[in-house]
Amino acid sequence: MPEAARTFTDLNYLDQLSNGESAVHRLDPRAKLLTVMVFIAMVVSFDRYEVSALLPYFFFPAVMIPVAGIPARYIARKYLFLLPFAVLIGIFNPVFDRDTAMFLGPFAVSGGLVSFASILIRFTLTALAAFILVAVTGFNGICLSLERFKVPKVFCVQLMMLYRYIFVLSNEAVRMGKARDMRSAGGKGKGVRVFGSLIGHLLLRTWDRAQRVHMAMLSRGFTGEFHIRRPLAFRAPDMAFVLFWCPLFILLRCFDPVSAIGRLLLGGV
Amino acid sequence: MSHHIVEVRDLLHVYPDGTTGIDGISLRIIHGESVAVIGPNGAGKSTLLHHLNGFLIPTSGSVRIGDLPLTRKTLPEARRTVGMIFQDPDDQLFMPTIYDDVAFGPNNMGIPADEVDRRAIDALSRMGIEHLRDKPPYRLSSGEKRRAAIATVLSMMPDILVLDEPTTGLDPFARRQLIGILKEFTHTKIIATHDLDLVVDICERTIVLHDGSVKADGPTLEIFKDDALLTECHLERPLSMQGCPVCAKRV
Repeated sequence: MPEAARTFTDLNYLDQLSNGESAVHRLDPRAKLLTVMVFIAMVVSFDRYEVSALLPYFFFPAVMIPVAGIPARYIARKYLFLLPFAVLIGIFNPVFDRDTAMFLGPFAVSGGLVSFASILIRFTLTALAAFILVAVTGFNGICLSLERFKVPKVFCVQLMMLYRYIFVLSNEAVRMGKARDMRSAGGKGKGVRVFGSLIGHLLLRTWDRAQRVHMAMLSRGFTGEFHIRRPLAFRAPDMAFVLFWCPLFILLRCFDPVSAIGRLLLGGV
Repeated sequence: MSHHIVEVRDLLHVYPDGTTGIDGISLRIIHGESVAVIGPNGAGKSTLLHHLNGFLIPTSGSVRIGDLPLTRKTLPEARRTVGMIFQDPDDQLFMPTIYDDVAFGPNNMGIPADEVDRRAIDALSRMGIEHLRDKPPYRLSSGEKRRAAIATVLSMMPDILVLDEPTTGLDPFARRQLIGILKEFTHTKIIATHDLDLVVDICERTIVLHDGSVKADGPTLEIFKDDALLTECHLERPLSMQGCPVCAKRV
């Protein structure tokens, strides 16, 4: 399958996951959004040389993935796809930051290496949290809760429209890609020039479609206001979910159990 | 009831690039009529339809919907009266779920929430798609999408339905179903299409457009018997009026 087509099917799959029936799926989207936001805020707020204090945060994905029944293989594949970006961000840290930050037995570890490790761990945690959130809430659920959290409506609607039309657009891209492949035997015609024109056409088609969608909106009396009413109920289980995780994340931010245990053990020697 | 009337007088439309889309069309469609607008590609069918809903402003001439001339001021009322169903349902279904889409129009009309709900459910059940209410549009088949697109317009309770190529991309069964549904509607219907058999089934009157003007306007069956006219306008008799090719060979 061509890469574009695969990405499209993957997105489709992620969307289908969000229709699951687990206890986590049934929670109010606001509870999940809030929890993941606190999680991410805590994880990114650590000092750049921090490694050990971040490790306990893996407890959250480790619990959520099995409870929500998300296939770990799928998440792993998505994660590996994004990993190079995170590596690119931190790859030069070990080169520029050569001061010794700590000793692992007889080996001196440079500050750059530690901060590189820290970046990778943070990336892993936040990416996992984001995947989990989308897989158990669905994109529209997230948009709805953003709106309830008083994020400007224009922004939420933009996101919703983006999500609605990403399927149509990627279908179009897949079709164009197929048409090109069929007529580019032996690799000719797969070059940058053709690709550029393909993207250009896609943009023009998108533009046309946007105009037609706008027409369809106007013909149904659109005046700039979106009405999406969804009975969201914040019940006891939602409250329990938030009250269990959020204080835990904050506590782990203030108190580092890994170092504490280390100190305890070393102190005991 | 005069508000179901569509009247177009000396309509001329010239696009900004200088092409003449419509070159002086006059027609009057009365309450409860089913009218087909046929003609070759580029004859001006879509341009004409876009005038009925105020997407295009005439270069000269006028469009009247019911008692009102179509102007910027009367646009909201005209858009409530004329329900427009687009060629590509993907353009018309832009909300997260089918229900949201069907409720979109009534919500914009400022109707109370419980009435919006009643209308949405009523429109869904008239199209036989209640079970799809919570589905996102991209999970639907073409036939389902088409019916959902019609439901989004029905919920606004329009008096006039304008359909642009309603049967493109449908399999024979879905097409037959759609024709059945459209036949039951008592609305004034204006259908632009290349599906000439659909015209025979639904529309008692046919308007033939050619090069931006009305070439013929009359009872459907008479128009389809005029072979000279059909050839001139790049059309042909509907299959149902062509006689059986298998039997014809045997004779």
